[in-house]
Amino acid sequence: MKKFMSAVLVSTLSTTMVMADPVDDTLILNEEITLVTRTAAPAHMADAVDEIMSGWLFRGTETRAMQMDDFDNPGMIFVEKGEDLWNTAEGSEGKSCASCHNDSDSMAGVRPVYPKYNEAAGEVRTLEMQVNDCRENRMGAEPWKYTGGDMTNMTALLASVSRGLPVNVAIDGPAQSTWEAGKELYYTRTGQLELACASCHEDNYGNMIRADHLSQGQINGFPTYRLKNTKLNSVHARFKGCVRDTRAETFKPGSDEFIALELYVASRGNGLSVEGPSVRN
Amino acid sequence: MKRTYLAVLALTASAFALSAEEIAPTAVAFNEGSVESSLTGVAGDPVMGREIVGSKSLGNCVACHQVTDLSDIPFHGEIGPMLDGAGDRWSEAELRGIVANAKMMFEDSLMPSFYKTEGFFRPGNAYTGKAADETFGPLLTAQQIEDVVAYLATLKE
Ligand code: HEC
Ligand code: HEC
Repeated sequence: MKKFMSAVLVSTLSTTMVMADPVDDTLILNEEITLVTRTAAPAHMADAVDEIMSGWLFRGTETRAMQMDDFDNPGMIFVEKGEDLWNTAEGSEGKSCASCHNDSDSMAGVRPVYPKYNEAAGEVRTLEMQVNDCRENRMGAEPWKYTGGDMTNMTALLASVSRGLPVNVAIDGPAQSTWEAGKELYYTRTGQLELACASCHEDNYGNMIRADHLSQGQINGFPTYRLKNTKLNSVHARFKGCVRDTRAETFKPGSDEFIALELYVASRGNGLSVEGPSVRN
Repeated sequence: MKRTYLAVLALTASAFALSAEEIAPTAVAFNEGSVESSLTGVAGDPVMGREIVGSKSLGNCVACHQVTDLSDIPFHGEIGPMLDGAGDRWSEAELRGIVANAKMMFEDSLMPSFYKTEGFFRPGNAYTGKAADETFGPLLTAQQIEDVVAYLATLKE
């Protein structure tokens, strides 16, 4: 049966089909750092998946190559824009991010642990929420739109300085209830098509759904530069698109539901390297 | 007022005369996953059915299934079993049940229910991401279900 299916696939899709399985390839960034794109699944998901894999392994040869060199990665233009924002003083306090945090390099290690419980605020915060907290409360500046250009350029910068470090979000202690809520949503079948995240990204990764090669839906590569819409895409914008594709009423970027879902999905990638800004199609 | 109302009734009645027998999505009788009687009383058209199975904006069945007979259409998915020979494996009543609501035949199936209007979590207005409104209806009409069933019945090995 399997053999027969492959034969049919080859004959019908020969020009565009790459290979249904994730590739066996190594992501070496700028010929320097080797990133972890495949590793043992964290204990909390051991009953579902043995191995976790970056979306990079599910993309075509050319798309993968673009991400291996910063000069070829279109996402790096947005990192530069993020660097400009980092150094721009704004708001009533006349401060920039750099005023408090020095070089953007000093933020290495931040991206891998977000979303993260904030003790003082008593809530789980995404990186976007933390950025806006600094803007509003330390700079006296207007918050950025959650999935807007400035915000995504900033998260691209913050991801880029952590590339190669392992995703490592905490799921216990005060974060646990949020994590549980995210897990519940991950397995909830939404919309008229009644599909859950797990339907596509746990039960069917490696398979084709029409012309799309399903990955595990990991977020270690975010924000991602997508060749399809030629811009940087944030995590919640991607979630929104996937929920919409189940013919559902989506949740809003920045909503409690997506914050919880982000923590849960991030935790499914604990151990993979931060890759953002990655390149996807 | 009364007269125009009657006139409208007469018009719609004649235009849809053939679907007088149509069974509503909420009234379909499943028997172990099968649906014995036609949803419309009108024989399905396998040519239309072929179109619906392959078309992205209609059934989009090839998003998940491969069908050799549709190899003129690019990109068939691998989520569900290949449909070649479905007409040998399943009776017409079984095929009607599977297409109308596959979850009646296969517990917790990933396959969407194509003739169902209730019981969804956050149903949307097609692919807009917005909430469903009063235009919300089943994924396929009763006659489209019959057309798809007629097409699947032709898939013999
Ligand atoms: C109907 C199928 C389907 C469902 C349901 C679905 N997705 Fe996706 N998703 C896709 C496809 C197709 C892609 C693009 C190919 C890929 O990377 O898997 C994608 C991509 C992604 C990506 C980008 C991965 C990368 O490396 O760039 C993330 C993250 C993601 N999905 C998360 C989710 C989450 C969270 C949910 C549930 C809220 C979800 N998806 C539900 C089909 C789906
Ligand atoms: C999102 C994926 C998906 C879509 C879309 C889909 N199916 Fe399915 N289908 C499945 C899966 C998965 C099964 C296997 C049954 C199971 O165990 O759930 C299945 C089973 C079937 C079967 C029985 C297969 C066999 O021969 O044993 C038929 C017939 C079928 N589907 C027809 C259709 C038709 C016709 C359409 C479109 C109108 C369609 N499917 C759309 C996923 C899908």
